[in-house]
Amino acid sequence: MRKILSTAIVSTSLLVAATAQAGTLADVKSKGFMNCGVSTGLPGFSNTDEKGEWKGVDVDTCKAVAAAVFGDASKVKYVPLTAKERFTALQSGEIDLLSRNTTWTLTRDTGLGLNFAGVNYYDGQGFMVSKKIGVKSALELDGATVCVQAGTTTELNLADYFRANKMSYKPITFDTSDQTAGAFDNGRCDVLTSDQSQLYALRIKLKNPADAEVLPEVISKEPLGPVVRQGDDEWFNIAKWSLNAMITAEELGVTQANVDDMTKSTNPNIQRLLGVTGEMGGKLKVGNDWAYKIIKQVGNYGESFERNVGTGSPLKIQRGINALWNKGGFLYSPPIR
Amino acid sequence: MLEPIHSPPFTKHPVKWAQINLFSNWFNSLVTLLVLYALVTYVPGILDWIFFSADWSGQTKADCSGEGACWVFIDARMNQFLYGFYPDDEQWRVNLAFILLLALVIPLFIEKVPRKGWLIAFLLIGYPIIATWLFQGNIFGLSQVDTEQWGGLMLTLVIATVGIIASLPIGIILALGRRSEMPIIRWICVTFIEVMRGIPLITILFMASVMLPLFMPEGVSFDKLVRAMIGITLFQSAYMAEVIRGGLQAIPKGQYEAADALGLNYFQKMFLVILPQALKLVIPGIVNTFIALFKDTSLILIIGLFELSGIMKAALNDPEWLGFATEGYLFAALIYWMFCFSMSRYSQHIEQKLNTGHR
Repeated sequence: MRKILSTAIVSTSLLVAATAQAGTLADVKSKGFMNCGVSTGLPGFSNTDEKGEWKGVDVDTCKAVAAAVFGDASKVKYVPLTAKERFTALQSGEIDLLSRNTTWTLTRDTGLGLNFAGVNYYDGQGFMVSKKIGVKSALELDGATVCVQAGTTTELNLADYFRANKMSYKPITFDTSDQTAGAFDNGRCDVLTSDQSQLYALRIKLKNPADAEVLPEVISKEPLGPVVRQGDDEWFNIAKWSLNAMITAEELGVTQANVDDMTKSTNPNIQRLLGVTGEMGGKLKVGNDWAYKIIKQVGNYGESFERNVGTGSPLKIQRGINALWNKGGFLYSPPIR
Repeated sequence: MLEPIHSPPFTKHPVKWAQINLFSNWFNSLVTLLVLYALVTYVPGILDWIFFSADWSGQTKADCSGEGACWVFIDARMNQFLYGFYPDDEQWRVNLAFILLLALVIPLFIEKVPRKGWLIAFLLIGYPIIATWLFQGNIFGLSQVDTEQWGGLMLTLVIATVGIIASLPIGIILALGRRSEMPIIRWICVTFIEVMRGIPLITILFMASVMLPLFMPEGVSFDKLVRAMIGITLFQSAYMAEVIRGGLQAIPKGQYEAADALGLNYFQKMFLVILPQALKLVIPGIVNTFIALFKDTSLILIIGLFELSGIMKAALNDPEWLGFATEGYLFAALIYWMFCFSMSRYSQHIEQKLNTGHR
């Protein structure tokens, strides 16, 4: 029944998406702003600060696209969405870009009438342990009690990982991540498992964050990225290359602070990126200084990362696999030329 | 016949009172001691956490000592909890609208004020227009504030007020319709009530927020808040209708027949004779529905509107302020309790005032 229903919903939405959505770029330009779907609150990815401003890695992706289209990163309306609502909101045209820690999977990419425009954060499930049990690797966790949120893929991944490594464990399940953290704090379990990005947020909630440690093993692949409607390649390109511009800027050492000086650079790659030479913007149907505006107003990928989740934030997440390809991570932008 | 016995002794002497009420037999004594033990063990700790060791002043998380509650978090976010993301410079409009509401509502409770009918009419027709204009702006020189920026307690109150004001008349109509002798009207009302009562509010909100836009033609889009308001109002109207139907059934048949005998038509009969009595009987049920509605507003978080509990959840996810969930939820609970308790007290007051001695 559920399957029939979801098929019906998806095919209806596909129909709507196919007939109605032709030119998001033109729509967005005539509206004068872009609707960007974010989460209702995920620390460091999309959350509101004391002034009610949206902040985070996912929010910066929204801003980058707005900067490319309008030359003004503030022309975004944020639409907070729950996990259940997010795809329909995009399909129905309520939002123009979905940037809400959404894992890129084959099923989502093919079945929902959507396109993933890249990856802005490589997440994955990890483990947090108390320092006093002296474990340095997840492979030493045989026989451990593990706190985990019930009914999530996290729970399934956990079972798979321990079975694959022929280890035993005792799961203790909870409904919310706060309860999970509370139980870990009170010593009801040795290990807490969740997506790595969340482990760091949960760690801050502990009484003594310094006593807990996130283990290096990542046991699942959760590439998170911005999503657009299928069938609108023009808009898809803008979303994809706005993200790529941020990554390329980091690779070329162009930052928010030095971008004005960099326009005088003799490096042809930088010249093309910043629109000094070439017609990159024109090919995307945006202003030729599109990448300049993104870097000037939002910063490069590294700056965004450090500001929101890295050393400049309370979360203190290491770059790890989210470092550039030439610095031991996965981030790689195709050349802008 | 039973032998007459004396009424139980009533004493104000504390030792006697305790003997009679707390230590009358071994079981009661045991329960008393256990409860006392629990109180002595837990209450000082809770009070200490909430008041004595708590941090009351400061600006950032660094000002929290961590020994007790940190109310700095609530203080720093207070503006958001009350107004959501409503721009600072425009918040006077929200204040003005609520002051105006109070100014209109309070005279209704003073018995000497004349012509209350006009006041009520203005409250129901004129006031919503003024309030919408104040909240939303974009006419008469007020800058526009989109509904996405509404939030916090303000949004909770807006939704609850709209729901309460709209669901009562719709509920009355549905209740009368369900008891109507015209089959089509009856079946329409029965179907509506049973469908609405048969599905959870979350489903209705979800349909309104997610499915509805898919069926709309391109370019036609309802405001999300309006959709949520319509959803909540329809849902609560169904419950209201059943509460009122209970009142209608409690009115003796003689009242209907007497009204008919006087030559009153249907509407005169209902609005002059039956409903005034029926509504009075079901005040507790009506207020119960209102309180449920007030608390149900917290469900609109699932469609991404930040009312009081939603904005609380959002605030708890600010990386600068992680780990204050207990304080946050306690504060939200206190506000909900204040409003619900006031409603309940007021309903008791009305019941007493309207009591004409049926009991």
